[in-house]
Amino acid sequence: MAVSPVANSSVAATASAPTLEVRNLQTHFFTRAGVVKAVDGVSFTVQRGKVMGLVGESGSGKTVTGFSILGLVDEPGRIVGGEILFHGQNLAKLREEEMRRLRGNRIAMIFQDPMMTLNPVLRVDTQMIETVLAHTKVSKEEARQRARDTLGMVGIPSPDERLKSYPHQFSGGMRQRVAIAIALLHRPELIVADEPTTALDVTIQAQILAEVQKLCAQTGTAMIWITHDLTVVAGLADELAVMYAGRVVEHGPVNETLDKPLHPYTNGLIGSVPSRNKRGEPLRQIPGMTPSLLNLPAGCAFRNRCPKAQDKCKQAPPLGELLPGRQARCFFPYNMPAEAAA
Amino acid sequence: MSVYLLRRLLQSVLVMLAMSVIVFVGVFAIGDPVEILISPDADQMERERAIKALGLDLPLWQQYLSFLGNALRGDLGRSFVFNEPALQLILQRMPATLELALGATFLALIIGLPLGLYAGLKPKSPVSSAIMAGSILGFSLPTFWVGLMLIMVFAVQLGWLPSTGRGPTVEVLGLHWSFLTWDGLRHLAMPALNLALFKISLVIRLTRAGVRETMLMDYVKFARAKGLSPARVTYVHVFKNIMIPVVTVVGLELGSTIAFSVVTESVFAWPGMGKLIIDSINVLDRPVIVAYLMMIVLMFITINLLVDLAYSALDPRVRLENK
Repeated sequence: MAVSPVANSSVAATASAPTLEVRNLQTHFFTRAGVVKAVDGVSFTVQRGKVMGLVGESGSGKTVTGFSILGLVDEPGRIVGGEILFHGQNLAKLREEEMRRLRGNRIAMIFQDPMMTLNPVLRVDTQMIETVLAHTKVSKEEARQRARDTLGMVGIPSPDERLKSYPHQFSGGMRQRVAIAIALLHRPELIVADEPTTALDVTIQAQILAEVQKLCAQTGTAMIWITHDLTVVAGLADELAVMYAGRVVEHGPVNETLDKPLHPYTNGLIGSVPSRNKRGEPLRQIPGMTPSLLNLPAGCAFRNRCPKAQDKCKQAPPLGELLPGRQARCFFPYNMPAEAAA
Repeated sequence: MSVYLLRRLLQSVLVMLAMSVIVFVGVFAIGDPVEILISPDADQMERERAIKALGLDLPLWQQYLSFLGNALRGDLGRSFVFNEPALQLILQRMPATLELALGATFLALIIGLPLGLYAGLKPKSPVSSAIMAGSILGFSLPTFWVGLMLIMVFAVQLGWLPSTGRGPTVEVLGLHWSFLTWDGLRHLAMPALNLALFKISLVIRLTRAGVRETMLMDYVKFARAKGLSPARVTYVHVFKNIMIPVVTVVGLELGSTIAFSVVTESVFAWPGMGKLIIDSINVLDRPVIVAYLMMIVLMFITINLLVDLAYSALDPRVRLENK
């Protein structure tokens, strides 16, 4: 029973080739204190026009995964293993100049803090036009035209005037719109968005989420939405990958994963989201702290904080397909159907 | 903008006034010029006549008030030694000093910026370590000693460059400049380099610190994420940001370079204001000392204002509103 849908889903995946396929990515930082395995064997795929939520606590390796995809990992960090297949082309093996031609062009990134991502001493038009000119041979006037149109598209009023402004003359939400507009200038096939709404207030956040979703659907852009906010992911993403200590511990369709999480860590994360149904109860939290990446426990990295941990967890559990279309890295998952758990 | 300028102007006048009191009292405290100016075999009558002629018989506050009154009319007194207006003496020598100071600043920028940039971009390379070690030498070697060494190597042993003076000058706008002739440039090279040494080190360190700090900023990473070429990221995104502190410090340094080019001017016998002030201090030529110091104060105030204006041109966040 459980076998046939698995086969179907993998057939479907190969039929519509994914925009991005990350296989066993390993990005390590070689520090004086030792090797920090910030990303240690991460795999996931992102389909065209879909949004994949990449969720985890601070320091779980979400951002480094994003930077790895764009080839922006700085010293002392380095991609030491795995493949990043973008339309079948392995980005991890690309030379810097080839990677540069992809960046901002076919793969774009939006950063977390809109107050910091725009250069304070350059006007918005400079920062947009240079992005256009870095990838296409058009006149400066055409580039300006395109910059203006894109600003209008992300909902910035009177874009002609705003082009002549400096970043400090914009509010935080407007700055993030500018950053998003810059990411959209070349209609990329993939956008890596690193907590782009975390620094914004809730109403602006909702507006930007709605617009991003609309744009993705319209243009067929695939998106990786890095966040620690499960409520954002619930409304936005199609798929969900949960990271813990440099590894994906659970991967699956967003609704099923949030309704019936398999991994105890996912379960803990969902339990610690404040919600209306739990008014008056103390908020649950995951006991303990994120372990230091320099000194991970052997076996399952989560076992010291896990309510279900047993002796077996001293061996590292593999990322297995526990339910059709749903993977988790756990020996004792939650929410398994009776017959499968048996 | 105009309100801002007016306020700055008012502040400047107050600073000048305060400085004039300090300078006047200070110079008065250094010593009595009478002993040096009047020949030892002059009799009592001659002495008293001379003292009266120089106005040195009046009490200090009266001397100060008359100085202030004259200064307002543009008269900063006559040199005891040259018997010429002090201001004129200084202005005659000013182009030489300005030329030297600007030459040194120019050298500091064209040598310091690239080296600092390199050291900032490649902090781990041995070349960067060498640059940084060199900059420590630039900071700590005394100017006069470096000047003497330069003369010994380039003028005495190699014979490439002349060791003293300004060489031939060309008159432009009524002022004499030596950088306009090849021989004049050869005369300028060594003193300018000597004076620039400290500033080169300063610019290297400032640039390096700025680059290392700016490279870590999100906007640099974002610029790279946009697919810009490394050259554009470095020379536009990073460079424009590090120019803010560099311009501030180099601008302020320009003032002190002009004011304290004394040592270099003495070593290379450069006929500038620095040499004049040393000579004047030696013979206690009070009007020249006072006039010189007042000029320097005025210059610092002006440079500060210009630096502020340049700063607001470079950094849009501090740009003055309502232009």
